[in-house]
Amino acid sequence: MKKVGVFVCHCGTNIAQTVNCEQLAEAAKTLPGVAYSTEYKYMCSDPGQTMIKKAIEEHNLDRVVVAACSPRMHEATFRKCVNGAGLNPYLLEIANIREQCSWVHSDKTKATAKAEDLIRMAVAKALKNEKLTPSVIPIHKRALVIGGGIAGIQAALDIADTGYQVDLVEREPSIGGKMAQIDKTFPTMDCSACILTPKMVDAAQHPNITIIAYSEVEKVEGYVGNFDVTIRRKATCVDPVKCTGCGLCSQKCPSKTDSEFECNMSQRPAIYSPFPQAIPNKPVIDQEACRYFKTGKCKICQKICASDAVNFEDQDELVTIRYGAIVVATGYSLYDYNQYGEYGYGQYPDVISGLDFERLVNASGPTMGKIKRPSDGQEPKTVVFIKCVGSRDANRGHDYCSRACCMYTAKHATMVRDKIKDSQAVVFYMDIRTPGKNYEEFYLRAVEEYGVTYVRGRVSRIYMESGNLIVQGEDTILGTQILVVADMVVLATAMEAQPDAAEFARKIGITFDQNNFFNEAHPKLRPVETFSAGIYLAGACQGPKDIPDSVAQAGAAAAKVVALLSKDEMATEPIVAEVNTNHCSGCGFCVPVCPYKAISLKTLTERVHGSVAWGPAGKEITRQVAEVNKGLCQGCGACTVNCRSGALDLLGFTNEQILAEVDSL
Amino acid sequence: MRYAYYPGCSLNSSGLEYNMSAQAIAPLLGIDLFELPEWNCCGASSAHLQDHTLALALPARNLAIGEDLGLSLAIPCAACLSRCKATEHAVRSSEETHTLIESLIDRPYTAAYPVKSLLEVFIESSMDLLQDKITKPLTGLKAAAYYGCLQARPTDYMDMDDPEYPQTIDIIIEAVGAEPVDWAHKTECCGNGHPTAYPKIGSRLVNRILKQAEISGAECIVCACPMCFFNLDMRQKALGQKRGRPFNLPVYYYTQLMGIAMGLPPQKLGIDKHSVNALDLLSQKRYIPTAGSAAEGGPA
Repeated sequence: MKKVGVFVCHCGTNIAQTVNCEQLAEAAKTLPGVAYSTEYKYMCSDPGQTMIKKAIEEHNLDRVVVAACSPRMHEATFRKCVNGAGLNPYLLEIANIREQCSWVHSDKTKATAKAEDLIRMAVAKALKNEKLTPSVIPIHKRALVIGGGIAGIQAALDIADTGYQVDLVEREPSIGGKMAQIDKTFPTMDCSACILTPKMVDAAQHPNITIIAYSEVEKVEGYVGNFDVTIRRKATCVDPVKCTGCGLCSQKCPSKTDSEFECNMSQRPAIYSPFPQAIPNKPVIDQEACRYFKTGKCKICQKICASDAVNFEDQDELVTIRYGAIVVATGYSLYDYNQYGEYGYGQYPDVISGLDFERLVNASGPTMGKIKRPSDGQEPKTVVFIKCVGSRDANRGHDYCSRACCMYTAKHATMVRDKIKDSQAVVFYMDIRTPGKNYEEFYLRAVEEYGVTYVRGRVSRIYMESGNLIVQGEDTILGTQILVVADMVVLATAMEAQPDAAEFARKIGITFDQNNFFNEAHPKLRPVETFSAGIYLAGACQGPKDIPDSVAQAGAAAAKVVALLSKDEMATEPIVAEVNTNHCSGCGFCVPVCPYKAISLKTLTERVHGSVAWGPAGKEITRQVAEVNKGLCQGCGACTVNCRSGALDLLGFTNEQILAEVDSL
Repeated sequence: MRYAYYPGCSLNSSGLEYNMSAQAIAPLLGIDLFELPEWNCCGASSAHLQDHTLALALPARNLAIGEDLGLSLAIPCAACLSRCKATEHAVRSSEETHTLIESLIDRPYTAAYPVKSLLEVFIESSMDLLQDKITKPLTGLKAAAYYGCLQARPTDYMDMDDPEYPQTIDIIIEAVGAEPVDWAHKTECCGNGHPTAYPKIGSRLVNRILKQAEISGAECIVCACPMCFFNLDMRQKALGQKRGRPFNLPVYYYTQLMGIAMGLPPQKLGIDKHSVNALDLLSQKRYIPTAGSAAEGGPA
């Protein structure tokens, strides 16, 4: 005879205000199988947990139902608690009477009745609960970091410093990411290169870090502790061992194309390193721009190379490496402001993005750090900044705030005032958001010390008149229309997910939100984990972020990786799908349904007992059945509802257990 | 192609020239403009300021009559178009509104026949035929296409053109052999009724458009809305006097230019009725005979 104990939590007044907890505990006593029932103000507290443990011992309880908050909040807490009293943790059941009852209802009588139902269901399920035991899997002690921007570099360094091997994969020819393009960093105005490039060098020289540049992740198989990752090393056409990085090939290359690093404001050769401080500092050949690859003639770089490093026969190469953990730090891209018709659809050369401005003001940029407008190379005197271009604009762009723009616009405006004599900097804004240490002070300095003009309002349009840009907007504080005759306009364009983010997420088996940013497992409590065990997030691939936040998150992700790699093996969650091969028809419908690629078909050979329609008794037959990889399975249950023959069951949420809940209603 | 033609209040009064020219060219381009019987006022700018439901019900009655005839409405005026499109959109997107509107107008209306701008009708169905009919291409005429606020907005339901950089009138200008200029104030507000009610604000808006058209090097403005035409044409003289230098920018409906290019007499298109002389530019460019030679009755 199973004996269930029911423990009702008041959660202070969170539950008790809307639900009559005493009545619940009293009513629970009458439920079939319930041997004990009580209520307490804070069940998750130490006295609350002690109360549960004591009751288990005194009343010989073998099932426990806690009626409290969401299982996402405290299921783990109470599992540990019952385990402490000698019960298998999976014999615990939570009735969520907070998020799904007291918080969403106001009528106490009805809410109490609903809470009673929820408890009745939980008791019915608890009676069917079975002991579950975690299995163990080995951990391969090597980490992969995908993306070599500041977040990826930081994560790689932090992991490597603890002694584990890290591979850092970057798709561009050099690591460094967007931060390498930035001139100065707020709020301290440190030179971006001065704080980034030493980290790049550290990464390159670290004995535990291998930089795999100009490469992309092609395929991820396996599961936590044992990912088999296939990496495509794109053909560089330059032998990295022979190449000395002298740069002569780049100087003599006759093919030129727009430099991505300089935001297309200057040209680069077809054989190139993106910037002088690139790491690795070995050039690659851009086959789309190279004259030899286009016409079959040229090979100047090969002729001129003293160390015979150029190899036009170079081919892409696929390598498969096993990793215990993965950090995704693939960064962001910028909103294409050419979609804004009112700002000229990208037709005005002097309407540029914030990143373009970074290159214009950068000492190693196309203008050697002198701010010159793209159209005629003149120094602009009046520069208008427009914030929230593509951010906070549901019509054309994104609903969200890009978080970094208020600060970098204050920085840009300060730099205009600082570098250009008699200049005027006008910032159109919706709100000023400076939620970081020393951020508000930085913004105030722009206004008070540098005399930047802030206008609250949107710019309705930009048009050309006699060679000048006319910026037409509204000052919502004065309640008036204003026109600014500007020499240059800088748009603070939204940070958005990489164009291939969704495709990449599917490839490696993580989820993404409506904006294609990768999902963290919990927005507050598990900010660097993903729903896929062993895969972690760092930087702006998870959402818009500035440098300090990216670095902090990278450190957090590294700590999670290190915690995982420090174990030789790990216990796995036993709530996974299980196949009853007797029932499985081998239809394979569950295979494509599984988002974690955990199900495959295997061939079963068995001897038929008794006489059957398709053959004599004792005949050996082979048939296909589904097989669940318990390391990959995340227990989502998608396969179980899809199984036509009911052969798949999710342990801990079996069809029988769920039906018992429904029947009790 | 037959359409239920909805002239609205302006096409027989301030927008007469639009009506004349549209009626003159449509048959030549295979478009049958059948005037919607028993049509009522669309409500335009007044109704939606007073009562949202009324603003939907007024055009709905016209649309329902069109639907009963099995015809799409072809609407010359931008304001009428906007109200009818708004109604169509509201009925299509909410079953509740649909039921309410039908009960108010006391007839069925399912938004089955899409509302069309007259401009859209010409662009969609007569551009090929137009090329065959052109006898006097308007070569060398620099024209500023002016769309105003409502031709391509709001984007929720005005889906025929780009809201920030519309092209439909430009396409017609090119089709008749003229040269559309690229200018900044294609969609700038003309002030609607404000130049009358609040001359200070209203004239400033009109002035801005005329000034930009002048800067762009245009010799004339081409529009598709009686209200825009009224503001740009009738107020031009006063604004020119105010600044001490006339603008001299004739304003045409696109239908008038199409008519001229097809060799129709300007009087038949109402070009002799404009406030700003619109005949001189055409005769200077030799698209029409000069006034003198016409009087003498001799060949052009």
